[in-house]
This record gives sequence, structure tokens and C-alpha cells, in this order.
Amino acid sequence: MSEMYDIIIVGGGPAGLSAAHSAVKNGAKKIIVLERDREAGGILQQCVHNGFGLHHFKEELTGPGYAQRCYDLIKDCPEVEVLVDTMVLEVHDNKEVIAVNPERGLMKLQAKTVILTMGCRERTRGAIRIPGYRPAGVYTAGAAQRMVNMEGYIPGHKIVILGSGDIGLIMARRMSLEGCKVQAVLEICPFSNGLTRNIVQCLNDYDIPLYLSHTITGIKGKDRVEGITVSKVDDKMRPIPGTEFDIECDTVLLSVGLIPENEISRELGIELHPRTNGPVVDQHRETSMTGIFAAGNVVHVHDLVDFVSDEAEIAGKYAALTALGKNAASDRDLAVTPGAGVNTCVPQHLRLSSESEAVRLFMRAAQPKRKVKLSIMSGGQEVMKKILPVVKPSEMISVEIPAEKTAALSDDITVSIEEA
Amino acid sequence: MATEKKMLNCIMCPMGCELTVTIEDGAVTEVTGNTCPRGAKYGHDEIMSPTRMLTTTVKVEGGQLALLPVVSKSVLPKGKILDCAKELKKVTVKAPVKAGDVVAADILGLGIDIVASRDMAAV
Amino acid sequence: MKGIYSMERQADVVVIGGGITGTAILSELARYNLRCVLVEKEPDIAAGTTKANSAILHAGFDAPTGSFKAKMNVKGNALYHELEKELNLDIKWTGSFVVAFDDDGVETLKELKTRGEANGVPGLEIWDGAKVREKEPNLSKDIKAALWAPTAGICWPFGAAQAFAENAVINGAEVLRDCEVTGITVKDGRVEAVETSEGPIKAKYVVNAAGVYADKISAMAGDNSFTVKPRKGEYVLFDKTAQKSMVSGIVFPVPTKTSKGILVCATTHGNVFIGPNAQELDDKEDLSVTSAGMDEIFAGARKLCPEIPGGAAITEFAGLRAASSTGDFVLGKSKVEGLLQAAGIQSPGLTSAPAIAQYIAEIIVGETGAEKRGDYKKGRPEEPVFRELDDEAKAALIKKDSHYGRIICRCETITEGEIVDAINRPCGARTVDGVKRRTRAGMGRCQGGFCGPRVIEILSRELGISVPEVRKDGVKSYMYYEKEGAAE
Repeated sequence: MSEMYDIIIVGGGPAGLSAAHSAVKNGAKKIIVLERDREAGGILQQCVHNGFGLHHFKEELTGPGYAQRCYDLIKDCPEVEVLVDTMVLEVHDNKEVIAVNPERGLMKLQAKTVILTMGCRERTRGAIRIPGYRPAGVYTAGAAQRMVNMEGYIPGHKIVILGSGDIGLIMARRMSLEGCKVQAVLEICPFSNGLTRNIVQCLNDYDIPLYLSHTITGIKGKDRVEGITVSKVDDKMRPIPGTEFDIECDTVLLSVGLIPENEISRELGIELHPRTNGPVVDQHRETSMTGIFAAGNVVHVHDLVDFVSDEAEIAGKYAALTALGKNAASDRDLAVTPGAGVNTCVPQHLRLSSESEAVRLFMRAAQPKRKVKLSIMSGGQEVMKKILPVVKPSEMISVEIPAEKTAALSDDITVSIEEA
Repeated sequence: MATEKKMLNCIMCPMGCELTVTIEDGAVTEVTGNTCPRGAKYGHDEIMSPTRMLTTTVKVEGGQLALLPVVSKSVLPKGKILDCAKELKKVTVKAPVKAGDVVAADILGLGIDIVASRDMAAV
Repeated sequence: MKGIYSMERQADVVVIGGGITGTAILSELARYNLRCVLVEKEPDIAAGTTKANSAILHAGFDAPTGSFKAKMNVKGNALYHELEKELNLDIKWTGSFVVAFDDDGVETLKELKTRGEANGVPGLEIWDGAKVREKEPNLSKDIKAALWAPTAGICWPFGAAQAFAENAVINGAEVLRDCEVTGITVKDGRVEAVETSEGPIKAKYVVNAAGVYADKISAMAGDNSFTVKPRKGEYVLFDKTAQKSMVSGIVFPVPTKTSKGILVCATTHGNVFIGPNAQELDDKEDLSVTSAGMDEIFAGARKLCPEIPGGAAITEFAGLRAASSTGDFVLGKSKVEGLLQAAGIQSPGLTSAPAIAQYIAEIIVGETGAEKRGDYKKGRPEEPVFRELDDEAKAALIKKDSHYGRIICRCETITEGEIVDAINRPCGARTVDGVKRRTRAGMGRCQGGFCGPRVIEILSRELGISVPEVRKDGVKSYMYYEKEGAAE
């Protein structure tokens, strides 16, 4: 027998918890959050550093602190049940969800709407093809972070980090604080993919060299990492012969990107976007399948958890309204396309109705640039423009189109970034 | 009279302005390269009295997890961060713990408490 | 260093090497009233060539008629058809293609067909390009013809070695891992004992199935009649999503003298791999993957299958073929009495293993007159695979053991129950990669990013060792360390 829920939320990280809270505020009566790990909070539980929450909670929090805030908002809500240690195996288009957990066994749950908040996973060594041996001592930064911050073990003593995204930088400081020696951070791009603040406070503070336009071209050691060979790369990111040098280390941490975790979405058959690797969504975060919503890193990888919460609140609200049959029918469907200088833009389309609403677009620039004009065009007309002092691919840009402007939209939209 | 110039990356906003700080006789006399007053203050403070938040973990006894994440209640002198982290390796707390509970009071006599980042239930 | 086995051990047969050859021999010998011990220097079985090869059960048309390779291949292929059910092996009988792009190539196909028929391979046919592409639509439009061998298949070599070892262990054989052979004592021209890192084992027979080290082992007993030179092959493995743009079976190019060439091939788990290249080496441990090698195999594979989805690559690896100086398998009696060789086992070694096992066992049984065990147990303990069960069976399994309700590896849907079983079954897993090979935990897209720490925790709990004692794969492949400076 299937139990009937208003909303089933797949994943109890910040996106799932924020979506649940928003759904309650918008009238949903029976919500269940299914979380795979031993507790809710997602990957934030292992991000013990601070810098979270300034936008969303107007307060600087640590990762676990942010997770607790999200959880505290719903823990006493009778409308919400959070089931941990629970893995969703399948989601069906009729909103039936198959999940397992050790106590309840195999569960078949039925809902009116589903919100997908599975988050993302790390790219691995295989995805980037590092030549050399395959010894112990090569870990994704996130796996090492969990061992260091939650289980209480260190991955090694002399560390090299490949990739200067924020997780890599944060782990450089974390390992230094644990008494390990971080020999270098290597970045294949000519620019860092992390926040300047993290370069300063995680690398410079600990005298850790950052090699831009460099990558690992060999791993030495048969049982355990004994060292690496590093090469400079050309502008097509190909190693330049003759530039090789060795670095002694026993550990390599990979921080080479994140990929939305969409196995369930793929099997469900919802449309995925080739650039974001996440579901194609409208401004309410409804996917190509009616009643199936998605939010957070499963849609596109964020750099700020605050934006994850913002986005999840939208999904939670409209999933609730849909479950309650209160969602206004749309009368026009406009595509939102990234134009010049923009790599990705979410949502990918707007389903607008007679009820006008403000819409926030989340974009990533294709290249780092200073002094740019961001323009939103529709039907050959400029709907909005914004001058930005600086854009970076690593920092998501968010722009809100006010309600009075969306009300007037009738053509597809293109977003572009050009030098001002 | 000793004059020294130091280059810094401002971290106050995503602009990441490159600051040049002039120091004469141990005092900051000029900050250039900033586009706003926050940059000038950052340049001054980062040279005269750099500070950092500290986040790390301490061991927990009888808790649902092996480690408790902790954070300094406010900023600490940058030069003391590693010493504080080392000091916290010696600390073991007993579950249950509430977020904000003091884990190490007045760490190294610096006047700053180290507190729990989250609740930790006992098992 | 004398370990826990320093008390003098005695065996009728000591098999050296826990690869597919050694384990198949052990399993065959376990049918008889013989005290058998297998020694393996690595922490787990199937740690050498067996874990990194093309995983193909060849039809048997490649090797020269009359060679050991040809005879063992054809017989071995037939035996796998019988053993598949008995040992619950993971095999798909896909058939194989050798594809030709020009008239010279087509001539070679005809030669292969003739040779195959002489070797006793059933069902060989030459197909034209259109018919080939009907079966494998993503293959190159330039393919003119192909040799179709319906008896070829793909298997999971580690699983086969594990099945052989389990069957042997439940029939009283012993598998000693982390046990390196340091010498062989010979007295009056006959083997007497095998010296190991865990102490000596007295033996009437010693079977040398030591892979790339088989020449060193043979020399320890005083037989220098052959050498084994490793020939490295590199591979790239692709995500399951790649199969729809690649192949569902086995596709070889026309072979060269040294190798069957760079192929495109499905795996039993629904992935696809490309490779291997072939490099002669001196280093018997060189499993490094090179950029040049990657470029070579991508280029080679693209000739067969033009659309290779590079972004779907999930891992690269290399394996070493144990190529003997004789050009053929080195099988049977050495000049040293009691020493039996199962050496130089390169391709088609995987296919040949059950036939080699029978060949070796027949010699020992013939000389000793050992009788079949009265209490011989067929097969091996059942192995629940959660993801393959229907909902009702899943629910029942969780009810019986709640560990099956906790998914550890989310990419492959592997439960804690399966991991615990893999550790506690006969010749069970002791390392993270051992768990991965037995259960597939960590074999998916995230390559253990999420489940790695949890598998380590389960290994530590089930084996009663600390987390820093848990190894990835090799003898010294420790993964995590105690934090420094922590007050105790």
C-alpha cells in the first residue's frame, strides 16, 4: 500500500530542507524528506569552515551551522517527516517513489509532487585522465574532507591538490591546520576557479604555492603515492613537453569539478540540459515532467549554498501550490538562452501566466572579465541591463527581472555579457 | 626612515582589487589600488593586525559522530591560528553538545572562546 | 619474518599464484583427496593480470593449430559453457567480430576462419559490412567484412577467479594471501618445500601459476628453461551511458603478430572499454597509464567505432600480459620433479584456465592416483545481488538482514549486506578494491567518492582492524592515517 504525500523530497541537504520549509509556509500538509546519509544536512556537515549564510540568513555560519539552521526550521513542523539512512531507488512519472532503509525495508511512497534535491558529486581521476600508476593516496577532495572532518583520519602527510576550486583551497587550509604539509595547488586554467578570499586565507596564509596553467602528468608509487610529475600546459590545456618537474608527496587530492547527481532524473526520463548537466527547469523549478520539481546543485552547481536555499524555496513553494491545485495555468512559454559571454543560465524557460511575478535568473560567465554589461533581450528589445564591475566563471551571477517587466514579456529571452 | 610597499588582494568583495600598501616606520601611510573605502580599511588592517576566524574539529565522547565541528566566536590574530588549532587537538568534549556551547574558553589567553558549530546528540 | 603460519605446514600441492590460472587449478584439484594450498603475495586473489585484461572468452581461431594456446582455448571455451551455471559465473555469450577494411584484411579473415576450423572452433562465418552494422550499428561505415565467431563471450574475470577460489575453499583447499614465495627447496631433483614470507610449506607438488613472475619462481627451483616478459596493455573504461553510441559485443581489428589489436568491447556490467595497446617491458610491476598510450588506444578504437564519447570515460588502467620466451603457454612437467608449470599464460589465458586446470590436475592425479572426494561440493555459496531482485525479494531480504536496507554505493546500488557478505564469504574481501571487485561498490561514476569512506569503515568493523590498517589493494597501499598530535 502506498501512503499519499503532498510532496516527496529526494535528498535532505540544504536544498531539500529549504524546499520543505518553503512548502510548509505555502500550505503543504504532508511532506517527507528522504535522506541517504545518517543525518540531514548533506555535504554541509563536512564543510566545517565558515562563510556560509551571509545572503540567506544574514549571518556568517559554518557549514554544519547552516545545516542546523535549515533543519531547525522544519524539525518541529508536524507537516514534515525526515527519514535518514534512506536511499531512493526509483522515482516514477506518476510520483511514486521507491526507497529503502534498514528499519522500514522497501517503501513505496505516493505523492502529488516530487522535488529532486540530490545535490552533486565530484569529478574523479578517471574523468580527467591522469597518467601514471593507480596507488592509494589519490582521493577526491570531498572524500578526504569527510574522513578528516567527520571520521577523524587524515589522508596523508605531504599533500598536493589538483584544482583550485573552493573545495581544493579549503582543503589546503584544512590539511595545514591538521599539521600536514601542503606542497602545492595546481590549476590547469590560467586563472583560479576559487574565491579570492580563499586564495588569500587558505593558500597565502600558509605559504602554499599555486601553479596556474599546470597539471599532473604522472603519478609515481605502486602501492601508495610517492610523488607526482607536473607540467605546464599551453592555451589548449595540453602539457608542454620539457616543462616537467617533480613534487614529492604521499597524497593527491582532486578538486576538479562537480557534476549534478542526476541518475534518478535520467531514469525518470526528464529532460536534462547538456551544459548544466541538470534538469531543464522553468522559473518555478518545475522540470519537463509535470509535478516533478528540482532545485539546488542537482539543477546546476552553485558556489553559494545561500542561492541553493533561495532556489529550493521557489521549488518548495510551487510544488506545494501544485499539490494543492492552486498553481495558475501558464499562457506563454518563453525560452531563456545564454548569449555571448554567458555559459549557463537557469531557469532555461519561463512559463508565464496572467499573474505577474518577479523572476530571478542565475548565470555563469564564460570568461573572467572586468567592467561588463549584462543585458537581457527579448524580441529585439532590451528588457534590462546591469553594469557589473567584475564577472568570473566561478561566481554565479543572479539578476531579478521585476514583475512589471515579466508581465510584458512575449518573446524568447537571451542573456549576454559584453564589455561595457 | 624605512619605507616598504606590500601588494595585497582585497577580499572584501568579488572585485578582488590589487592593493599596494605603503608602510613607513611600521605604520601604514597609504593604500592605493582600492576602489572603495572598505578596501583601504582592509589594506590597513591586513598589514597592522591581520585576523582570521578559526574553524576546526574536536573529538567527542559518546556522541552520534566522532568529531564536533567548532568555530572561534570571533576573529583571532592570524599569527595565533596554528597554535590555536594545535591546542584544540588536545580537547575532547562529552556529548550532548548544543550549537554555541563553549568548547574551549579564552583560548590561549586571547580572550576568545571556541564554540560548537552544531548540536551533537549523545548516543 | 615468520608469521602465523610458521608452524610447519604440509600439503600435497602448493599452487603459487592466485590469478585465474592458479584459482582454476586449485578448484580442479579440490575435486580430489589432495591437501592443496594456494599462496598469493598480494592481499587478495586476482591481483595481477586477472584484474586488468580484455575479459574475453575467445572462440579460439587466433593461435596456431596444434599449439597449447589453440587447444586450451577451444577446450576452455567449451568448459566455461558448462561451468557458467555451476559456478554462477557472470558471462554473456555475445559472439565476436574481427573486422576488415580492405581486401588484404578480408584475406586475413579467410585465413583466420580456416585456422579456426582446424582448431575446432564451431560456427565461424564471414559477414559483409552491412550485416555487421545491422548487429553493431555504431561501427565504421568503412568496414568491408568481418569474421563472426558465435562462441566468443565476455565475462567478469575477477568473478571467475573468485568463484574458483570459493569452490576450492568450501572443498577444503586453503588460500593464503599476503604470502610471498621466497624460495623453493629441491632435494635430489625433486621439490620438497616452498619457502614463503609466512614460513615454509612442505609440498609433494608445486604448481607454478605465478603470472609475470613465473620465470622467477621456476628459477627458484632451478628450472631456467624460459623467461616471461611483461607486455603492457592500457585500457579506458566508459560509463554505461556510452554503450548506446558504441558496441554491445566484441569488435577486434585484424590481428598483428604481437597482439589482437586495439578493440572496442562491452563488459558484462553494461560498460564499454577500449584498448589494449602493447608495449614490451622489463619492469614486472609497471602498471602506469601513459598519455601516449591513451592517444594510441583512442585513435585505434576510433577506426572501428568513430564516435567515442570521451567525456563518458570513467577510468583508465593497465594490465601486463605474461608473454613467455617460447611464444606458447609453458605447461606441464618441469625437469625438476614435482614442479608443474602453468606459465607464460597470456591471451587466451582467461579462456584457457579451466582447460589448463584439467591438464595440470590430470598429471598430478595420474602420478598420485588420488581419488575423487566423496564429499565434494559443487558450486559456491549463494551471492545475493540486491539490484537484480524484484521488489518483493528485496523486501524479503531486508527483513531477513537489515544490512540489505542500507545502500552504500549509490552509483551501483550496492547494499551494506552485500559488502558484509563479500568480506565474510570464503576467500573474502580484505581490501577496498577487493570489496569493489566482489560487489561493484565504488565501480560506478563517482569511483568511490561517496562510498569509499563507508567501505573503509565496514572493512575495519568486519575484519576487526583499525581504519589506518585498511588497504586499497596492494601490500602497502594504506589509505588513511591517525591524526597527528592528538592527545590520547
